[in-house]
Amino acid sequence: MKQMNLLPRIEKMTVKEPILVLKDVHTYYGNIHALKGISCDIPAGDIVCLIGANGAGKSTTLLTIFGVQRATQGEIRFKGHPIHRLRPEQVAAKGISQTPEGRQIFPRMTTLENLEMGAYLRNDKAEVAKDMEWVFGLFPVLKDRTRQLGGTLSGGEQQMLAIGRALMSRPELLLLDEPSLGLAPKLVEKIFETILEINKMGVTIFLVEQNAHMALSISNRGFVMETGRIVLTDRAARLLENEKVKKAYLGE
Amino acid sequence: MAKSDFKKFIIYSLFLGILILPMVGFPGRTFEAVRAFTIWGGIVGILALWLLNKTVRRSGVYQRTATTFSPLKNTVLEKFYKLPTKYAILALLIAVAIYPLLANNYMIDVGITCLIYIVLGLGLNIVVGLAGLLDLGYIAFYAVGAYSYSLLNLHFGISFWLSLPIGIIIGAIFGCIIGYPTLRMRGDYLAIVTMGFGEIIRLVLNNWDKLTKGPNGLLGMSKPTVIYPAFTESGLEWVVYSLRSLHALYYLMFIIAVLTVIGVRRLDNSRIGRAWVAIREDEVAAELSGVPTTWLKLLAYAMGAAFASVVGAFFAAKLSYTNPNFFIFMESCIVLCIVVLGGVGSIPGVILAGIVLIAVPEVFREFQDYRMLAFGLAMAAMMVLRPEGLIPATRRKRELHETDESSPED
Repeated sequence: MKQMNLLPRIEKMTVKEPILVLKDVHTYYGNIHALKGISCDIPAGDIVCLIGANGAGKSTTLLTIFGVQRATQGEIRFKGHPIHRLRPEQVAAKGISQTPEGRQIFPRMTTLENLEMGAYLRNDKAEVAKDMEWVFGLFPVLKDRTRQLGGTLSGGEQQMLAIGRALMSRPELLLLDEPSLGLAPKLVEKIFETILEINKMGVTIFLVEQNAHMALSISNRGFVMETGRIVLTDRAARLLENEKVKKAYLGE
Repeated sequence: MAKSDFKKFIIYSLFLGILILPMVGFPGRTFEAVRAFTIWGGIVGILALWLLNKTVRRSGVYQRTATTFSPLKNTVLEKFYKLPTKYAILALLIAVAIYPLLANNYMIDVGITCLIYIVLGLGLNIVVGLAGLLDLGYIAFYAVGAYSYSLLNLHFGISFWLSLPIGIIIGAIFGCIIGYPTLRMRGDYLAIVTMGFGEIIRLVLNNWDKLTKGPNGLLGMSKPTVIYPAFTESGLEWVVYSLRSLHALYYLMFIIAVLTVIGVRRLDNSRIGRAWVAIREDEVAAELSGVPTTWLKLLAYAMGAAFASVVGAFFAAKLSYTNPNFFIFMESCIVLCIVVLGGVGSIPGVILAGIVLIAVPEVFREFQDYRMLAFGLAMAAMMVLRPEGLIPATRRKRELHETDESSPED
């Protein structure tokens, strides 16, 4: 990985305004207490990652932020406004976007239609067309596949389409759920490079990953999650050096 | 003759024999061998023809004839496909419009039934085809429409036309009532619950004697009327014409059907239609794209119910009679079959399937006993041979063409 320009960027000295704040968030699936009081800040303009084992509650955290799962307790603020009582479409309208886990694109819609669905809440046709060009610039493969059905794309292309679709709403905060899931290492590198590129355009990124090494190497900050709680918060570079993290998640 | 085909032929024939012989052979208590074996023999004969056809095709005879005739065939087909769809639609409209002039009363009645089921199929197509919600109790909304009109007309003397919008609203409200508790359900669970709701409505109608007169049904609703100005002895007057004749009712239903097709088509191509398809494809992904899924699913139920309610009102007005036994579960199944047979999400498919499933059984009225058997066999065969339906939805194809034209080649 060293040959790539994915080294952690040095955190700026100035304290950045957090774009997203979670305060003591609890979520239940029926009787299962999935999130047991999550608190974290996500500074504007950063890449922040959430790592942890299967079933730790990473995806639930994202779904709770988006309002798909209701937070039963606690507070979520986006740019200072509470969003934990909003429905998903209202959260989307505020400028948050999310790719679902496992590359859930619309399989029987074409690439173009998938991207158009991403802009579902927007009415400014000209701007949407511009953003579509931007997405095609990020993922040139998709441009050759505009008329192909989503379900017939390869795994990597589907992931790109999922990210592209999430970008079509022109979000300020992008929530990515396991973008590396089930992809070949080469494709993973490509996806992470693109994530960096998207971040450079000013989009804050909150990344959930099992591929901890890759995720931490492009992030500013990282959270480590275990059974519904955040157990460790630090700068990504420091987490990469942390003995516990190394042992549990980096396989060293 | 390929061996595997022959094996298949033997297995299918024997299987059908086991299935059909006892079913057909026992109209009474004794086994009627001649009758049973004639019918079985007929079906086996059809299978044999299929086998023969396949064998001949394999031997290459068709190809030889095809090469001789293909230039001619291709030009004819090309010309045919190049005809704009609007001519086809126009031809169909004219055919449907002149049909009652050539038909007897019985045939017109069958025509009306066909149109009714086509509209029901198109309405259910919104729920099942577009939004992807499997609904097995759809006929309940048809009942709601019929009873809304009947009660409004009998108790308050409200005319057919005035009760239509009221019926639509009541139907939509019932759609939401049934839709709301099922919002979190999917697939088989949803199907079971909607089936239960459908039965509940029928049972309520059957047992609420004071309001619905129970199984006796409601009688004596007035027919739809048309008011038009005319010169009479006392000058210009508004004349009230009651649509009593089958012809008049046929044309009224025809208009309802055409309006339904236009309405459903517009919905299909709208933003809402697109969002419904997204929900059908992947609900979580749709939610994350900012589609208000709860609201749109309710809307799908409400819209579907509204269409059923309109034809329900028409049905009650046409007969001037309604009773709960018109709205049994089997009716829901038939409407669902129309949608599935025609091609889920396809408007022309639903229209064709409506004609096939309602009119064709009428043609074979004499074989009343086996209608359902043939029905089941046809459905099973369809699902094996052509699971996408008679006329698969062209929505995607059309959109592909649109993008073809709009995206500049670079």
